[in-house]
Amino acid sequence: MSGREVVARLDQVTKRYGDTIALRDLSLDISRGGVLALLGPNGAGKTTSVKLLLGLASPSSGAATLFGGDPKRAANRRRIGAMLQVGKVPETLRVREHIELFRSYYPAPLAFSEVLELGGLEGIEDRKFGDLSGGQRQRVLFALALCGDPELLFLDEPTLGFDVEVRRAFWKQIRGFVARGRTVLLTTHYLEEADALADRVVVINHGSIVADGSPSEIKSKVSGRRIRCVTSLTEANLRALPGVTQASIDSGRAEILATAAESVVREMLARDAELSQLEVTSVGLEDAFIALTAHAEAA
Amino acid sequence: MTAATQPLPASAAVPRAHSFGGIVRIYLLEAKYELVKILRLPAFLIPALGFPLMFYALFGLVLPMSKKGYQVSMYMLATYGAFGVIGIALFALGVGVAMERGQGWLAVKRASPMPLSAYFFGKYAMTIALSAVLLTLLVTLGIVFGSVRMPASHWTGLFASLMLGGIPFCAAGLAIAYMVGPNSAPAVVNAVYLPMAFLSGLFIPAEMLPPFLQNVAQFLPPYHLARLALTAVGVEPIEKVWIHIGALITFAVVFTGIAALAYRRDEGKTFG
Repeated sequence: MSGREVVARLDQVTKRYGDTIALRDLSLDISRGGVLALLGPNGAGKTTSVKLLLGLASPSSGAATLFGGDPKRAANRRRIGAMLQVGKVPETLRVREHIELFRSYYPAPLAFSEVLELGGLEGIEDRKFGDLSGGQRQRVLFALALCGDPELLFLDEPTLGFDVEVRRAFWKQIRGFVARGRTVLLTTHYLEEADALADRVVVINHGSIVADGSPSEIKSKVSGRRIRCVTSLTEANLRALPGVTQASIDSGRAEILATAAESVVREMLARDAELSQLEVTSVGLEDAFIALTAHAEAA
Repeated sequence: MTAATQPLPASAAVPRAHSFGGIVRIYLLEAKYELVKILRLPAFLIPALGFPLMFYALFGLVLPMSKKGYQVSMYMLATYGAFGVIGIALFALGVGVAMERGQGWLAVKRASPMPLSAYFFGKYAMTIALSAVLLTLLVTLGIVFGSVRMPASHWTGLFASLMLGGIPFCAAGLAIAYMVGPNSAPAVVNAVYLPMAFLSGLFIPAEMLPPFLQNVAQFLPPYHLARLALTAVGVEPIEKVWIHIGALITFAVVFTGIAALAYRRDEGKTFG
């Protein structure tokens, strides 16, 4: 990854909101090209990271930079686009009008027809925003972020709350933009989404980075098996076994997530001859992802 | 990873600054679409224009209380004009900004290279334009049904005083928008607007209020707007006009200051 230009950087950033710490001493470099997914559960600090890089908030300590400079400078903002989580967009304006207004913010915007095409909005450009479906609204916000033909595009939870089909359709839109050789910072709490779109996945939880790698690396870290059994071993015993990412005991029943189930089971049987009701199942990606962040927390 | 040494791609070669015309265009489009946005919102327009028109028709035209020295239908053009203009500033601008800020839309605009001043310009321009629409309707009622007749200078003065005099209330709306959340903004505006309008003599002429309330009125912004408009139509003595203008400018400065402080305090915190 070295040698590529860093387009955005968080340098030892801590961000506090009152007594809450949203980011703690987090450093992240975003290099030009491809999609970087910032993956984490709600409240992990994903949106805060985006806000800092957009200059919508200032770090409590450390520095957030865009193209090596201040994110608040208009000259830097002209080089980026941002699709944020919005409660309500002015509903009485037509799609065409929203786009015309956002295009005016840039000295050299994309052509109107190109914005429509990249957003997948052909045919609905004369509808009012309030008359659009959820998926269409999301595509309008995406299109507005593209008006300036950004070098770096921020997508903050772009498919939050959508069903699988709408999500997949939207991924196509994102891929279309990435194919233009641009950079995308995507935040999501769907591992599947990061896997489908990203070249690099950074997992954050409680304001710190807990994993950083290619989607396959992240998946191998989290893909594993769930072991359930009744055992006299303690949680600490179980966590100490190599290959265990998470262990909990609830009224005598242990639940363990492990990357290498076979060796863990072998060890457990060696240590607890009384072990019973053994059950090994595969875990879904979401569970695995939760295991990864929980593991980093315990460490 | 280290910082950039590679040449920028082709897109970076495009001019990155706006021409002067390009900047002017942003401001004009902001203003245009603010106005379009609100003109397509009957749920806002009907009460915002309807109430002042209805009150004026009722109290200024149908049931005019006898009052020596001036024509009630003319007097109330000024006071209900002020009432309407203030309402537009507080609701269209104040509540509007509070909503857009609280619901994240303003953050989207702020993340874009739009100059923030263009956003506020658009809001102010929309308020002033909507005020002109309201005043035109009120004046039409007054001329047709209240047989109001005035020299052209009085008409000009009425429009100018109420449209420009609305600016301190735009600033007040902005201050409220940045101090309270989107859910409480309408309640706060209502709690401020109606009592102030009453105490300032917008419903009942200030002279008819008990003396201690008249003293309170002098410290309220709507009182001075109404007095300014009454001066323009020749009811109030011209000598005192600078008091009202001075008071309105002071209020504008104070509210802008409060809005700026609230903006800084809030920046990047909960809302955009």
